[in-house]
Parts: sequence; structure tokens; C-alpha cells
Amino acid sequence: MMLTREFDRQMMIDQRQSKASFYMQSTGEEAIACAFHSALREGDMNFPTYRQQGLLVAAGYPLELMMSQVYSNSRDPLRGRQMPVFYSSREYGFFSISGNLATQFVQGVGWAMACALKGTSSIAASWIGDGASNETDFFSALVMASTYRAPVILNIVNNQWAISTSESVARGLAPSFAIRGHGFGIASLRVDGNDFLAVHSVAAWAAERARANMGPTLIEWVTYRAAAHSSSDDPSGYRPADEAQAWPLGDPIERLTTHLLRTGVLDESDVAALRVDVVDEVRVAQIEAQSHGTLKQGPVPSPREIFEDVFKSMPESLASQEREAGY
Amino acid sequence: MVQAIRDAHAVAMERDESVVVFGEDVGYFGGVFRCTQGLQQRFGESRCFDAPITESGIVGAAVGMAAYGLRPCVEIQFADYMYPAYDQIVSEAARLRYRSAGDFSAPLTIRMPVGGGIFGGQTHSQSPEALFTHVAGLTTVIPSNPYDAKGLLIAAIEDDDPVIFLEPKRLYNGPFDGHHDRNLTPWSRHDLSEVPEGYYTVPLGTAARRRSGSDVTVLAYGTMVHVALAAVADTGVDAEVIDLRTLVPLDLTTIIDSVSKTGRCVVVHEATLTSGFGAELAALVQQHAFYYLAAPVERVTGYDTPYPHSQEWAYFPGPERVGKALIRVLET
Repeated sequence: MMLTREFDRQMMIDQRQSKASFYMQSTGEEAIACAFHSALREGDMNFPTYRQQGLLVAAGYPLELMMSQVYSNSRDPLRGRQMPVFYSSREYGFFSISGNLATQFVQGVGWAMACALKGTSSIAASWIGDGASNETDFFSALVMASTYRAPVILNIVNNQWAISTSESVARGLAPSFAIRGHGFGIASLRVDGNDFLAVHSVAAWAAERARANMGPTLIEWVTYRAAAHSSSDDPSGYRPADEAQAWPLGDPIERLTTHLLRTGVLDESDVAALRVDVVDEVRVAQIEAQSHGTLKQGPVPSPREIFEDVFKSMPESLASQEREAGY
Repeated sequence: MVQAIRDAHAVAMERDESVVVFGEDVGYFGGVFRCTQGLQQRFGESRCFDAPITESGIVGAAVGMAAYGLRPCVEIQFADYMYPAYDQIVSEAARLRYRSAGDFSAPLTIRMPVGGGIFGGQTHSQSPEALFTHVAGLTTVIPSNPYDAKGLLIAAIEDDDPVIFLEPKRLYNGPFDGHHDRNLTPWSRHDLSEVPEGYYTVPLGTAARRRSGSDVTVLAYGTMVHVALAAVADTGVDAEVIDLRTLVPLDLTTIIDSVSKTGRCVVVHEATLTSGFGAELAALVQQHAFYYLAAPVERVTGYDTPYPHSQEWAYFPGPERVGKALIRVLET
């Protein structure tokens, strides 16, 4: 969690310095992705939204590669084709992020169905926000998961804000987002997403259910988006500046730290050392990533990359466009 | 042609156990057009199964399955019902390889019946091919006969990228040539109804010359291939009829070779005129064969209206309209 927050902090600064075109922080929501990761096994697949970078950080994906993606530099694993934070890593169980909301919620169900059809005990986890849970693909996913009892965990991260509209706009007359699952016969929970230990235990329970062929679980993680929606957003126009401080569920890092101090797992010097460590780790990765370029100063991927990977083998019509472009 | 499509599924499923087939009414019943009949009995419910009525759910799940490593071949009951799945096709299946730099891909086939002529009105008659050909990353296929339907469908399922497989529903039971007032000739009396048993493919991206001729080239696909041949027979024009078979990737060489020879070109499709695939064909022909052209490229298409119900034969670009266009370009 601390590493994810420090990573976000540094990337946001870099975006302001034009090293990246765009950035999205997960401030205040780190517990969900980081604790959820610990419930997964190798071979499981997340279908994340743009605010689950904690899954990759917790999985140990190289920070310098995440940064290279954010900088769109010459080492960007996605070759400059995707906006910052739209990571992809099959190896680390992180499905390629789409910018169209909710589309991946149902793809996760399909992946889970494939796991079951192949007879493996692997599972999938779909992710969506409170706002996007009104897209038709959300409901398509619930239908498919319910009909086929897919081994999937359907995660709704309710961070209270869909850019500028509060969760009540998305929720309507329903008392919660979790309750939607009941109409589909899907086991559904509403969980304090800022409690790291709660997230871990609920995620582990849902994963166990899925692996035991007991079907899908829908989980509404209640949290608060403490930062702006993105680097292009200024929340002061639609919510009080101090609302995050008034949020009753508190900050997930502070809560876990307090717990670990009170239970004697850590002492103050351990916590201080951790704070220094995460800053160092991010700085080292940043130096490494920037040695391969940033968006403004380059080097960035070659324009030739525009034409690759549209199809497995390039059709002549595209090859002629590439020749004409002359890159 | 229904049997050929069924057979293609069976061959693909037999050869590769990662091929799974699903869609509305596809499993137990075998599809409303019977194209998947017998597959569930033969391969079991894990390989061929019914889906709830959610096109975005069907295609969305198929994208996830394909990314995992399966080869789903899904049916949209009518192309007209495709729109709830369009986001999944355009924003997801078509772009997954590109946006993940090859980390993930979506080798799925999406079958859907297209075209009118069954009194299906505006919701069972559409030809939305241009909505797919306009999208980078999609392959769009449309067979005109049983032999091609089987070979192209096997090739589509084996392809490593998403393929849109459009089935002209008016051809399911015979080579319909637009003469709706005459009895339909069954496929059994047609040359291309001879479908070999077992495995073969028709490569994606290759057109076929259905008739050689010297005076004008007709570019057509699906049902319109037979309509064009009927128009040629009715008018006696010595036309060369090219069956495109695959719209993307397009066999431009065959098209340009033919137009360069004949010097005239008529493009025929059932879909609406404006921004239809015919516009792309006309642009390519003038770009690559301009100095061979003796007349402007003509387009004969459906009108820019929704597909009407009782007036469908007034809407359908039948052999008479195609014939008039053939004569018009020869008189220019």
C-alpha cells in the first residue's frame, strides 16, 4: 500500500512536469487492490479498471516498467499505444485495460468460464467502479456469471465518486450496489474496503468459493477516492476540499499501521524505515525508467509501431499504408 | 449451405478441443437456422451450449475465453441483434492484440445471418458489413455458396484474430438470385454445393471469379453474387463477376486485374448506399485502375432507408436494377 501510494505520488509529479500525458492515482483505495492480490494464485487473472495499479505493485511487477508505460518511453511494454496507467501483463495476472468502462467486467466472466471448461482451478476477478456499474455490460456479466456459475469474483469498487457525480446518482433507489447481485442469485457482500485485513479475508473466501465450484461472488468494496479522478480533473468544483478527512472509514494505510503498532508486529522505527524504503524504491525505479526516456523529452517508441499488432500478420492494405508513411 | 456451416463447426471442433460454440438457441435446439444442429449431442454441453439473450454478454464472454486461449465461435441470431455487442467487437476484440502489444489476443469468430428477402422487416434483414469493415483489427467474411461457407468458416475459426462471419440467410436453402417470383433452385443443382467431407479451408482474403467476361466487371458478395449472375444472364451482357468472399482483407489484385481488362465496373450490395462498402470499392477502383476506366463506377445497392417489410422486393437490388446498371455503363 505504501509503495503504491508513493508510486502514485511520484507519477503525479512527473505528469505535472510533462513527463507523462496523463495520470490516475488510487489514493485512499490502496487496500483493495493490494490485499485482494494476496488472495490470488498464479494463473488467476484480474480484469482491472484504471485504479487497480495496486494489483501490479503487490504482484511485484517491475516498477520501472510501469513507469515506462506511464512515460510512453522507448521501453514502454505497450509501445506507446496506450494512455498512461492502461497496463497489461498476462504474466502478472493483469488483463489489458480498456478505456471503455465495464466492457471487461463480462470478459472476466468469459475467462473464468474458460478456466472451468479447461478443468483448471484458476479463477478470474472482474473490476468495476460504482459509476460504471450502470453500463449494460455490468448486467451482462451478472447474467453470464449466474447462468454458468462462473468461477469469478465480481468486484465493485464504490469510491463514492464517478468523476463529479456522487455514488447516489449511480445507486438510485437501491440501498447498496451489492444488493444488485441478489436479483441474479449471486452471493453478494458489502465490505469496508479501507480495512486491509477485511479485504484480504473476504477476497480469500470468495476465491475459495470460486475454486470449489460454488460460483461467482459479488463484492462491493466501500472506499473513498481521496484524490482527483485523474490528472485532468479538479474536484474542488464539485465536492468539499476536506471531505476525504471527514470520511468515516479513514485512511487504509494509517489504519493498518495503527493495528500493526498496537499488536506489536511493528514498532515506530520499523514504520519509519518502511517510509524511507518505499521512497528509495520508487526513486531507483524512476531513475532507471527515465534513462529510457519520457514523453516530452523522448525517446518514445518509433512511429513504425503504429502499424504492428493490428493483426497477427499485416495485410497488404496496411503494409502499403506503412510504406507510404515512410517511418 | 446450412449443412456446410454445421459441418465446418464439427470439423473445427473435432480437430481442436479449444473450439467452443454458443449463442441463443444454439445448443439443444441447434440454432433458429439449424446451423449448429447436432453439435451439442456430438460434442457435449461444455463444447456447444445455449446462451441467455444478451449479445454483449455472449461476445464479451467470448472475448475473455479467446484471450484465455479458447477459440469461441459464437452466433448472433440475426445481424440486426448485433448492436448490444458492438462495443465488445469494436473496442475490445478488434483492439486487444494492438493495445496489449501482443500480450493478449482475441481469436474468436462471430457468425451472424445477414440480408433480407424473408419478410423480416427492419430487424431481421440488415447487412451491416460496413460497420465491421470500417474497424481496424477485424476480418470480415461473407460466403456465397456451401463450398466457400465451409472452407471459410474453418479458416475463420483457425484465424488468430477476430473474424466477423456474415451468412446471407437467403442463401441458406439455395442460390437465390433475386427472382423472388420464381421457384428457388435447391443447392443440390448448383456446382458449388459439392462440399467435400472433412477438413479443407478457403483462405481468407481471396476473391473468386464466378464468370469470365470482357465488357464490365461486377463486384459482389453474398446473395448479390447470384443476383449479378442472373442480371448477366437476363441482359446478355458479357460481364465478369467477382465474388469478393472476404471484404477485409480485400483481394485487390483480382479486382484491379479484372477492371483493367474490362474497363468498366459495377458494384452491387444489398446494404444501404451511403458509406456502404461499395464506396470503398469504387474508391479503390478509381485509385488503381483510373486510366482503364471507360465509364464511371456504378453502385447498385439498397436504398438509404430502413429495410421495409411488405415492400421488401421494391427495396431489394434485384436482377432488373443490376441489369439496368450493366447496360448503363456500357452505353457510357
